[in-house]
Amino acid sequence: MSKLRTFEKPTGVRDLPPDITAKKRWVEARVEECFRRWGYREVVTPTLEFFETVGDASAIAEHKLFKLLDKQGQTLVLRPDQTAPIARVVSSLLGEEPIPMRLHYHGNVFRAQEREAGRFAEFHQSGVELVGDASPEADAEVIALAVETLKELGIAPLQLVVGHIDLLDALLLEQTGSSQNVEVLKQSLGSRDVVAYQKQVSELDIVSSKQEKLLQLLRFCGDEEVFTLFEEHTHCERALAGVNHLRRIWSVLQDWGVAEHVMFDLSLVGSLDYYTGIYFEGYGAAGYYLLSGGRYDHLLARFGRDHPARGFALKTDRLIMASPGGPRKIERIALVYSVRSRRKAFQQANYLRTKGKAVVLYQEEDQVPDQEFDRVVRVKEEGLDD
Amino acid sequence: MIRQTPLTLAMPKGRIFGEALELLKKAGLKVPGEWTEDSRKLTIEVPDEQLSFLMVKPMDVPTYVEHGVADLGVVGKDVLLEEERDVHELLDLMISPCRISVAGMPDWTPHANLKVASKYPHIASQWFKQQGEQVQVIHLNGSVELAPMIGLADRIVDIVSSGRTLQENGLIELEEITKITSRLIANRASYRLKKGRISGIVAGLTRVVAQEGALR
Repeated sequence: MSKLRTFEKPTGVRDLPPDITAKKRWVEARVEECFRRWGYREVVTPTLEFFETVGDASAIAEHKLFKLLDKQGQTLVLRPDQTAPIARVVSSLLGEEPIPMRLHYHGNVFRAQEREAGRFAEFHQSGVELVGDASPEADAEVIALAVETLKELGIAPLQLVVGHIDLLDALLLEQTGSSQNVEVLKQSLGSRDVVAYQKQVSELDIVSSKQEKLLQLLRFCGDEEVFTLFEEHTHCERALAGVNHLRRIWSVLQDWGVAEHVMFDLSLVGSLDYYTGIYFEGYGAAGYYLLSGGRYDHLLARFGRDHPARGFALKTDRLIMASPGGPRKIERIALVYSVRSRRKAFQQANYLRTKGKAVVLYQEEDQVPDQEFDRVVRVKEEGLDD
Repeated sequence: MIRQTPLTLAMPKGRIFGEALELLKKAGLKVPGEWTEDSRKLTIEVPDEQLSFLMVKPMDVPTYVEHGVADLGVVGKDVLLEEERDVHELLDLMISPCRISVAGMPDWTPHANLKVASKYPHIASQWFKQQGEQVQVIHLNGSVELAPMIGLADRIVDIVSSGRTLQENGLIELEEITKITSRLIANRASYRLKKGRISGIVAGLTRVVAQEGALR
């Protein structure tokens, strides 16, 4: 292998320069503020987890995990998401705390990219998990919070798309009669390949009326009118229970006043397959995919505390680009002093710092990089202090 | 007149372009008819329809769409299979039909250390992996048919439409990997944020594609 250049980094990771870092902090602070106002408390989980527990529970495909060995030979992973670690915390460290529990986080997650060109392996995310409470109100709460958070960041236009995984499973099973077919069709929907889905449907060995129903599934995309259409479409009780749940969520979202930003797409499938109920994605500004989340009812049970839960993760790296806002600019001042004016310069610097300015000191013989500062002030000697 | 949501389309330079343009015209979009495929312009604006076209290499169409500089794109399924980009595949336009196949010399015999030359290294290695065959894939950018003739590779994986090029180079088609047609693709965010306009175009094209199919 050729010798690495000293500035090289592993593929998919990157440094953030000061201005981007400042924007990231600003995004996280605004997000944090929203989460806190809605009663979510922050937790921090470790970057390393065991592969056998959290790694395996986190539905990110195994080949996308960064794995390493500890000194005992146990396989560790760099956390591929935050939801599984938080499920572990809720079931252990916070095992005695009452449910429902509202938690949030800011953190980096790692996913190895199979095809590496220009794709990231480390992502910054902020998100919430609402554990416990099976009601549509709780599902709607995180959707409403997602909308509020994006609005707080000035994202416009802004569109959340909501689907329902159990409803989709039930409908596909009703029409195809085999869970193997359900998997194949979901795979195509999940990779957003409508052409493959239509082809697979046409090749299924089922009556044409069922094929027609499977094709119609793609048209259940819009606001509440899709519910009525859907109810005429199926007799499957599980699917109807799902649509009833969505109907109730819609009514809660109207009361939250965020319904105008939400639409439904009953063929929506997430890439993580631990979702069991609603699944949603958020898009905004000039073409950014900004968040995803949903309901996961079986994950907590893996850690011994069986509760429904839902949450979402914001893609911080994209919010940094998509949000038109940014941190308030702080005036940067260079103070130039001589040996004789040093004490006075230091006093003046401290005073300016209490006023919220950023102050850097230079000795008179130093070269001051003017372009870095809004003002350069030469501190004059004023009488002799000694 | 209601102002349309502006859209940017990434179009492949070359053969597919003319056929795709024809479909858009039949779908009711007022795109000018006098464009020649060999125009050197890289962008074409159609202000009346609030459309911009980016003229790019076919292999790059999904890249422009994935990164959102184009909302929609027209591209062969071969490129989609090779590039595996994160886009919506909305419609089979049924134009430029062809297939991706394995080809080789007629006297070809299996042996250890097999080499396969292709413009599609990803498709080729996936295919042979699925067949349980161990091969070395050699990436070439063109004139792939030359490889078996001069002993660079035992077989090739390439686009076949009439089979003439293979024939002229003394090669035969051994296996068909998949059939290929051109597809309409969309950026993930555009698909949601510009849903109305995009659905309208998809509906129009779906109708045209069905009519064309009936004529064939």
